Amino acid sequence: MTLLYFAWLRQKIGKSEEQLELPPHITTLAELVEYLRGQGSGYADTLADTTRIRAAVNQTHVGLDTAIRNTDEVAFFPPVTGG
Amino acid sequence: MTARISIQTGDFDVSREIAALTGVQAHVGAVATFTGIVRGDDGLIALTLEHYPGMTEREIARHADEANARWKLDGITVIHRIGRLETGAQIVLVAVASSHRGDAFAACEFLMDYLKTRAPFWKQEERADGTHWVEARESDDRAAERWR
Repeated sequence: MTLLYFAWLRQKIGKSEEQLELPPHITTLAELVEYLRGQGSGYADTLADTTRIRAAVNQTHVGLDTAIRNTDEVAFFPPVTGG
Repeated sequence: MTARISIQTGDFDVSREIAALTGVQAHVGAVATFTGIVRGDDGLIALTLEHYPGMTEREIARHADEANARWKLDGITVIHRIGRLETGAQIVLVAVASSHRGDAFAACEFLMDYLKTRAPFWKQEERADGTHWVEARESDDRAAERWR
């Protein structure tokens, strides 16, 4: 799985992209967030408040209840502020 | 209907973009444009824009298709700049060509409202005391909601 982080999430986690072999027991985005929170304080702090975070799977906006697979591209980012 | 979507660091020339849209069909009777400018208030020095390459273009193309399904359009141009932009700089252009002004105005506003709330761009403000990320605004969400 490819994980992407943008804006302040990228800065707090300290990287813009990483590869993850998705553990088989993780089937939704919410479970992935929970798993990542256990990967160190950078992740735990950044992903602490999911009301401040939005996600996309394969470049489409989705909710945290979305099912995911190891072949997906998953992105985490703040609410968008373009225009 | 043709849609031109460009995410770029460089500036754009609005009159050239209007001329390009005017030429797409003989029956174009209106081109509505919106140009966003980096507003120099509260001591802002510059904005730096980041985006999600690939998803940005897909989201804008999807909303261009939706605009084309809702209104009778002949052409759409969306240009959004990224990187560091100082106050007074052009940041975004939405231009819509149609036979009549009503469709052009409506589609232009629709596309801008969705750019604000769905296209994956993030702005970081630069002031004398440092930088901080711009928070999303509820008023932008409400503006996009009314098109549902």
